[in-house]
Amino acid sequence: MSAATSLKSKSRRSFLQQSAGLTIGFSLADPLALAQDAAKPAPLPGSLQTNRMLDGWLRINGDGTVTMMTGKIDLGQGITTALAQIVSDELDVDYKRIKIISGDTALTPNEGVTSGSLSIQDSGTALRFASAEARDILMQAASAKLGVPTSEMTVEDGNIVTAAGKRVTYWEMADAGLLKREATAKVKPKPVSAHKLIGKSIQRRDIFPKVTGGVAYVQDIRMPGMLHGRVVRPPSPRAVLLSVDLAKVKKMPGVVAVVRDGSFLAVACTREEQAIAARVALHESAKWQEKGDLPPPGAALFPHMKKQRTNDTVVSQKTDAAAAASAAKVIEASYTKPYLAHASIGPSCAIGQFKDGKMHLWSHTQGVFPLRNDLAKMLRMKETDIVVTHHEGSGCYGQNGADDVTADAALLSRAPELKGRPVKLQWMREDEFGWEPFGSAMAISMKASINAGGKVVDWNHELWSHTHSTRPYDPDGCNLLAAWYIADALKPGPSRNIPQPSGGSDRNSVPLYVFPQQKVTNHLLVDLPLRASALRTLGAYANVFAAESFMDEVATAAGADPMEFRKKHLTDPRALAVIDAVVAKSGYQAGAKSGDGKSGRGFAFAKYKNLAVYVAVVADIEVDRASGEISVKRAWAAADAGLAVSPDGIKNQIEGGLIQSTSWTLHESLPFDEKGVKAHTWAEYPILRFPEVPVVDVTLINRPEERPLGVGEGSQGPMAAAIANAFFHATGRRIRDLPMTPERVKATLA
Amino acid sequence: MAITLNVNGKRRSAPAASPDTPLLYVLRNDMEINSCKYGCGVAQCGACTVLMDGRAIRSCVTPAKSVAGAKITTLEGLGSAEKMGVLQRAFVEEQAAQCGYCISGMIMTAAAFLDTNKNPSEEQIRGALAGNLCRCGTHSRIIKAVQRAAKEMSA
Ligand code: FES
Ligand code: FES
Repeated sequence: MSAATSLKSKSRRSFLQQSAGLTIGFSLADPLALAQDAAKPAPLPGSLQTNRMLDGWLRINGDGTVTMMTGKIDLGQGITTALAQIVSDELDVDYKRIKIISGDTALTPNEGVTSGSLSIQDSGTALRFASAEARDILMQAASAKLGVPTSEMTVEDGNIVTAAGKRVTYWEMADAGLLKREATAKVKPKPVSAHKLIGKSIQRRDIFPKVTGGVAYVQDIRMPGMLHGRVVRPPSPRAVLLSVDLAKVKKMPGVVAVVRDGSFLAVACTREEQAIAARVALHESAKWQEKGDLPPPGAALFPHMKKQRTNDTVVSQKTDAAAAASAAKVIEASYTKPYLAHASIGPSCAIGQFKDGKMHLWSHTQGVFPLRNDLAKMLRMKETDIVVTHHEGSGCYGQNGADDVTADAALLSRAPELKGRPVKLQWMREDEFGWEPFGSAMAISMKASINAGGKVVDWNHELWSHTHSTRPYDPDGCNLLAAWYIADALKPGPSRNIPQPSGGSDRNSVPLYVFPQQKVTNHLLVDLPLRASALRTLGAYANVFAAESFMDEVATAAGADPMEFRKKHLTDPRALAVIDAVVAKSGYQAGAKSGDGKSGRGFAFAKYKNLAVYVAVVADIEVDRASGEISVKRAWAAADAGLAVSPDGIKNQIEGGLIQSTSWTLHESLPFDEKGVKAHTWAEYPILRFPEVPVVDVTLINRPEERPLGVGEGSQGPMAAAIANAFFHATGRRIRDLPMTPERVKATLA
Repeated sequence: MAITLNVNGKRRSAPAASPDTPLLYVLRNDMEINSCKYGCGVAQCGACTVLMDGRAIRSCVTPAKSVAGAKITTLEGLGSAEKMGVLQRAFVEEQAAQCGYCISGMIMTAAAFLDTNKNPSEEQIRGALAGNLCRCGTHSRIIKAVQRAAKEMSA
């Protein structure tokens, strides 16, 4: 995920909290460090730095409510609930009084993209300081009004009360424009001990409409006069539209407009099923010239990737010639991970309205401002003439079709026949499978040497991957699908890698183990024939799968138990502690043999990004040797996410990761050939179903003295490796290519 | 030709729908019912599940006219935000949603299932939900929510 704004103050102490399944972090800037020279604006904490006005974050309303505005958005992780908890505590108002506005280019601060577990760090920190300061300003105003010093006043739920019983409410001061000023961040937020809501698992607000049929998603929004739209995508990437019978389709029932712009085709109708029918008719009549320039599918993909143009970086290097010279044995292995789809359950959707030269879009994008920037480029409009309002969609797990469907709706909404009417455009299932940006395939080569004492003396991790981030707002291109197909086409931005320490394709490629000599090399493929972008964990899933499978292989070569072998190479006490915890909970027996060729137990460990949550996993699997099916029966995880304020919330995240990773690891691989993507329905891209879901058990190590760490992406990598290691434990054979399908299992066992 | 349906206990009509319009679009667009969702359109994911005379059906592949004589129940028919039904409450209690796009289909499938099986085992719940897809990995919480509701219903 993209590295969003990070706190830049020189000195800071940070503490973070968990709430409602989220990692929420605050960074308290040292007030002295904030007192910079007057010429430059003083640095402010979190997103206050880039959005400095208090009334850009908070509004006190005369009706007894508070409006909280954030540039971050809910993606099914409940972030806005957590942000409202912060405002409630710092401002001393009941949580129920808080109205939330999130992600709107016209109304909220610009906080870039919601990604990388940074929402609480960026927005939470800003809201925390803004709320503390707002409370102080309101107290000062009350003090002036009542003639009582603030030290003799208390606030409860927006009521400021003096010791003598005089009172004034926030709401009475609503119109005074008190918050129309730049933040100073000089009012210290409350200490952890004074928190009432922060740190509690409260019920997420967004769940109520979701279980009762409220307007919960952009898909549910209805507007007066709204039309229904569909887009008609080419049969394969970069195909050119040669001809299409627009006149015929225009005569179909309910068709209001058909838009053709170069090779972009879309239709707007009165009714949704009419739009679907018109889309089918357009597909049938359209003639395309296809390129057929995708890479070879299947096993041939990976040698092909290694022959492409790359930008090479040595991500990490340590040299110790003496240690390396003591090598007694060399072990090598190669691993692969296919392209994965985000495969959101609900296909992407957006509403567009073009009226009086202004464009308004409702979108489940992860970044309303970055999206607007690319939309302006594509539409050749001024950014100030475009408003993008966020509304939730189906879970995205990174960059799905959200931004692209918004671009489609924008192009369709400009059709003159619409006369300013809004149009809701939802992708069909096959549009989502065919055109979302995928998680890149990766090839990884590992090589290690061990000495006579069974210790690793040299470690090499070399990876080949496409980029893991092609989000909108690229300075050198336009990263919206439709923009590449319109007559006046734009080019996508170049392939870029997110730099270390978090990394992109090289995320988690640098070992946490202590090896005397090591080298990690990232080969970033320059060309991007099959579009790829951010999918949950970016490169970490494949890198941890490879490195943690390989650790087992090296342990086997050293004749050691894999879990004990890891401990021998670790010094970080928190890493050791999660390993011990999962061993205790699962009853892992070092050196235990499986024996029956069918059931096995695997172990794996990682610290996500080398910066976030520590997770150790033990998985028990059963292999049906006849059918080739692997069934993951149980999985135990132990996690250390620092201060665990909402233990249940963290557990939920870790659990979800274990389950999603089981699906990726056993089932998922994007089918395609040289001409195009071959997944159209769930039949071609099966995912995990209820009967296959492992029973999961999560142990949490709470460290109240430590900064909380992001948890949402921590368990996927270790889970994949634990399954692979369990397969080896069960069968004595190793699967190094994902996914572990029945065919592959049978071939491996043959 | 107007379509008239019995939805959540009320006669509702959709004058602009045609007989072969899928029930999903009649419910969502003509009757402004939000809960049932488009996920795949080909009966593979369960996001569009509603009850027809108590039986779970996939509204994306059901022509509206074919259910004209039946009682249709959607998530809205189980309870409201003010007065939630047992299953809805259980999903809130377990916080059994991440994005929640699959949840209406999960609840409706579970409602039909619990109607015929008052005291299900975990395995039976998993089996009943096998045709419903969730991408967020919320499965274990969904199972817990259905277990909770089953308990409450039989209490
Ligand atoms: S939308 Fe009906 S089953 Fe998927
Ligand atoms: S909760 Fe998101 S698909 Fe199930």
